[in-house]
Amino acid sequence: MATYQLAVNGQQHTVEAEPDMPLLWVLRDVLGLVGTKYGCGIGACGACTVHLDGAAMRSCSLPVSRLNGEAITTIEGLSETGDHPVQLAWLEHDVPQCGYCQAGQMMTAASLLNGSPNPDDAEISASMNGNICRCGTYTRIHAAVKTAAENLS
Amino acid sequence: MSQNLNTRRSFLKVSAATGGGLLLGLSWLSSCERTEAKANGEPELVMPENWVPVTAYLKVGENGVVTIMSPNPEIGQNVKTSMPMLVAEELDVDWKNVVVEQAGLDTENFQRQIAGGSQSIRASWEPLRKAGATARALLLAAAAQQWGVDVAELTTENGVISHGDKTLGYGEVASLAATMTPPEEVTLKDPADFRIIGHGKKNVDAKKIVTGQPLFGLDFQREGMKYAAIVHPPAFGMKLKSVDDRAARAMPGVTDVVTINAAPEGVELQWSDVNAFPNLVAVVGDNTWSVLKAKKALNIEWEQTSAPESSAAQRTALTDQLNNGKAEETRRDGDPEAAFARAKTIVERSYSAPFLPHNTMEPMNFFADVTADKAELVGPIQTPEFLRKTVSAVLDMPEDKISIMMTRMGGGFGRRLYGNFGVEAALISQAAGVPVKLVYTREDDMTQGTYRPEYLVRYRAGLDEDGKLIAFHVRGTGANESPVFANRFPAGTVDNYLAENVLTESNVSTGAWRAPRSNFIAGAEQAFLDEVAEAAGKDPIEFRLELFDRAMTDPVGEENDYDAERYAGVLKHVRDKSGWNTNDDKRGVAAYYCHNSYVAQVLELEMKGDEPRVTEVHCAVDCGIVVNPEGALNQIQGGIIDGVGHALYGAITFTEGKPDQQNFDTYRLIRHLEAPKAIHTHFVENGIAPTGLGEPSLPPVIGALANAIYRATGTRVYDQPFAAPRELPG
Repeated sequence: MATYQLAVNGQQHTVEAEPDMPLLWVLRDVLGLVGTKYGCGIGACGACTVHLDGAAMRSCSLPVSRLNGEAITTIEGLSETGDHPVQLAWLEHDVPQCGYCQAGQMMTAASLLNGSPNPDDAEISASMNGNICRCGTYTRIHAAVKTAAENLS
Repeated sequence: MSQNLNTRRSFLKVSAATGGGLLLGLSWLSSCERTEAKANGEPELVMPENWVPVTAYLKVGENGVVTIMSPNPEIGQNVKTSMPMLVAEELDVDWKNVVVEQAGLDTENFQRQIAGGSQSIRASWEPLRKAGATARALLLAAAAQQWGVDVAELTTENGVISHGDKTLGYGEVASLAATMTPPEEVTLKDPADFRIIGHGKKNVDAKKIVTGQPLFGLDFQREGMKYAAIVHPPAFGMKLKSVDDRAARAMPGVTDVVTINAAPEGVELQWSDVNAFPNLVAVVGDNTWSVLKAKKALNIEWEQTSAPESSAAQRTALTDQLNNGKAEETRRDGDPEAAFARAKTIVERSYSAPFLPHNTMEPMNFFADVTADKAELVGPIQTPEFLRKTVSAVLDMPEDKISIMMTRMGGGFGRRLYGNFGVEAALISQAAGVPVKLVYTREDDMTQGTYRPEYLVRYRAGLDEDGKLIAFHVRGTGANESPVFANRFPAGTVDNYLAENVLTESNVSTGAWRAPRSNFIAGAEQAFLDEVAEAAGKDPIEFRLELFDRAMTDPVGEENDYDAERYAGVLKHVRDKSGWNTNDDKRGVAAYYCHNSYVAQVLELEMKGDEPRVTEVHCAVDCGIVVNPEGALNQIQGGIIDGVGHALYGAITFTEGKPDQQNFDTYRLIRHLEAPKAIHTHFVENGIAPTGLGEPSLPPVIGALANAIYRATGTRVYDQPFAAPRELPG
């Protein structure tokens, strides 16, 4: 076990964890932030996506010891009251079916819009391609990303 | 309309059994439109200080806010929104003042708490509306008593009772209403007066989902609980022989290692206890990562119990059985062989599809706290009633000592009909003597079995000189199950008809997967009919419509599952809405009936190299009254994308009994880039009582896809998955 200082959603946390414990399980099991989901454990489905300094990252494949004080943002911290343009667009389009993958989808979308506030269809599709939705909400996700972009501009 | 009430006493009044009041890490309440209200600048919902349970289905707060219980498991089919809508409609409340609460397993108060067969709405259409109407009648009776007037003189609107100029809110009479005797009969609304049913309502859990609040089984945490992971045999046909757990026990964070048997001898099991691997080793520890790591340190010896199967051999076995196996004849009309003998043209084709894992995005998991005298289970389960029976049997504990709370599920698709993971969690908790949450890894989940069976079917059709279908023969087989339905289309439209089932045994465990059997046979049948229509020189839609004409005017046989008029209706609807043209070179059409609903689709695609990409789908649906158009559209769209994805890419294969695909690096699910760009859904409006929507849009799209591929490439596809394997994105 080792001790780590993590900045999660604007708050400093001191956590004790095995150095190889992925950030995903630190968030879920140690900090009780369960909005970030486990889907595959190998970075292939995107359910565990969080932001490190605003960039989308697969938390399931990121050992806690590899963090260097980056600002970690999870779905719980995407906005204070759930009114991030991506969250509002997800509500407007009633995107979720089961809803399990959607936190990862939204974190990927928010990261895309951080870097490219006005993405075209091809850019949205390519950027969202790493996040799997078994329910098949892709057309709604696509529309919601466009709405979020419009509301940002 | 006036109806006799369901006689279940508990339907009317609260019974003190399970349900709310649980000290849980999850909040089971979700407000319906709080989010929208906020976006509109309207005030947020103010929660009442006290709730009065008026019936088992609802509680009324002093300020008129109503909690409606959602009895059925929510797997993404949106019943947690649509079922309370039925209650709210007849209760006559403003949806903005409704809060939905997930009910736990409570067989005293609720019926059919199952998510399966697309039956939730169909089965609850009357009972839930009656539940709302009963509560309204109690509130009205209370107001009548308070005012000393005849109840017949009272009216309600949006949660307010009126008599002349006087008004009383539901919250003001709830306490009195709870003491009243329920009426023998209730009057249900004329559908023309519906204010909630038929009006799109957004997912009641959406705000929680988009803000990452705890909702799912995997999110459930309890003070002092441990985490558990299982190891099951690496291949079908194997079982646990022995385990050396010394190294695993020595690892940090590990508190226990136990072996469990979910199918002990002499214990009565349920249909839902499909499980190839009842003997398991489980690691228990302080967090998920500790137990996942410790799994790898276990030294386990497995033993072979039956011959290991590989995919090539499985395919050979299917073919052998189809050709030579003993068939069960499930339907025969006329004299098929004589008709084939005189047919001018015979078309014969075979179709196949592989085993499929469910791959719910939330892997199997369950919480269990088993002590000497009670068991508490919390988690994602489509069949809580059956899980309780099995847990009762394996723990040798009476059912009334076992509580089950259903969490929102990260997908079901049939996998969570089979609650082995819940039984396992209970046994691990019992053996380790601690509350545990069992968590499957993706690999555990994908290699556990309970797969959609692999299937093989052969069709023969005989046409006369005029291109008329005079003989039809379908013979199918599959792993542990044949895909053929005896009485579905085109049965009933052909004078000479033969349907046969042949079983092929496999030690790979199989189970229901979204639209069981239909998820294969629809695509095969609809692709075959496309080819038969072509051989007959007819447009594929006109060819089918001619058959439906026959079924409407002079049906063959007595038992035909479908209503030919509704079936033909969706085909005509999609033909008109899509602007179908016989000569379209990138479009395919299909129609299917299953789960009591009718769906027809026209699918258009383009080829990207050798891979089809679906660009547009028109979908006509007849599911009767659409309770929640918003959720209904989502189900239709999802079923189409899911069907296209699995038909193009889905397959699990085996080498010596071991699944070759264990995670999403090798198992291909459809992704954003490959999803259809536009889906246009057209509902048939006919006022018929509603039927299921979670499954019916998936089966036919596989046929529409196969037919579009043929139009676009000139090549027919017969074996799923249709797309060639390729490297997957990370």
